[in-house]
Amino acid sequence: MDMEAAKYIGAGLAIGLGAIGPAVGEGIAASKALEAIGRNPEANGKIAPLMFVAMAITESTGIYALVVALIILFA
Amino acid sequence: MTLDISLAPEILFNIGGIPISNAFFWSWFVFVFLIIGAFLLKRSLKMRPGKFQSIIEMLVGGAYDFVESMMGDKKKARRVFPLVFTMFFFIFFCNLLTFIPGQSAITIKTAGGVVPLFRAIISDYGIVFVMTMVSVIVTQIVSLAVVGPLGYLGKFFNFTSPLNFFLGLMDLVGELAKVMSLSFRLFGNIFAGEVLGAVMLFLFPFFLPLPFAFLGLLTAVVQPFVFSVLTLVFISMATPNGEAETHA
Repeated sequence: MDMEAAKYIGAGLAIGLGAIGPAVGEGIAASKALEAIGRNPEANGKIAPLMFVAMAITESTGIYALVVALIILFA
Repeated sequence: MTLDISLAPEILFNIGGIPISNAFFWSWFVFVFLIIGAFLLKRSLKMRPGKFQSIIEMLVGGAYDFVESMMGDKKKARRVFPLVFTMFFFIFFCNLLTFIPGQSAITIKTAGGVVPLFRAIISDYGIVFVMTMVSVIVTQIVSLAVVGPLGYLGKFFNFTSPLNFFLGLMDLVGELAKVMSLSFRLFGNIFAGEVLGAVMLFLFPFFLPLPFAFLGLLTAVVQPFVFSVLTLVFISMATPNGEAETHA
């Protein structure tokens, strides 16, 4: 296997495996937030921004994987 | 046709040995524009606001109320609001600039080949890193000022028990990890948006990039919000009776 092919496989694996965790986590965050809003629609304005923050924090591991994949591919 | 995507910003020209990259070049435009805009706005403020002033007042007032609800204290909110709102507004404005149609087609011939004159400013890691360092250093200074030098050191080097010592060291690692997590989150999101847009344009230039542009617009609003809110949360955690807790 030459270097180029190994790079592509590595980048694919990095982002593919790295996307699993954040995907599950963000799904949980969204479902819980929607549940809470459904139970108490007036709290929408308070829940939504906090959900976005929580989601962005959850997402960060996925973003690390993405940055690693991009560095493998382009740098 | 090949995709030309580079992680580092392209160099436009050199001034006295200092390379000027396109992201840096554009960020100075944004600085000048925002500063002049702020001065003009300040001069034209009236007691009875017009349409434009009402919109600005609504935005700033809403942001201030949000900051106050996060800090839970009027005095603290007043002190921290200028920093976090400036961060938010600068990043937000930089992100919006990438949605000017046709700007990526403008290229310039340099010594290193033909490079685009415009680049999404936040997709330059240097600028993001500097902003992150500002955020982290301010947090450390606040915590140093609140608990004093001995208390500050005691937070990280706790000799009461082996477990506490280990937890203190973990805190130290956590503070260092903040630099990485904050900066990579912002940089990664914006850069990924740029790459995604380029790839979609490459695959099929009509209609297909449109939904991704909307996704990019969402990122352009949410990421500056997250960056400034995390800065806010770090600062409010460093002050006593800060109830907000997060692990980034």
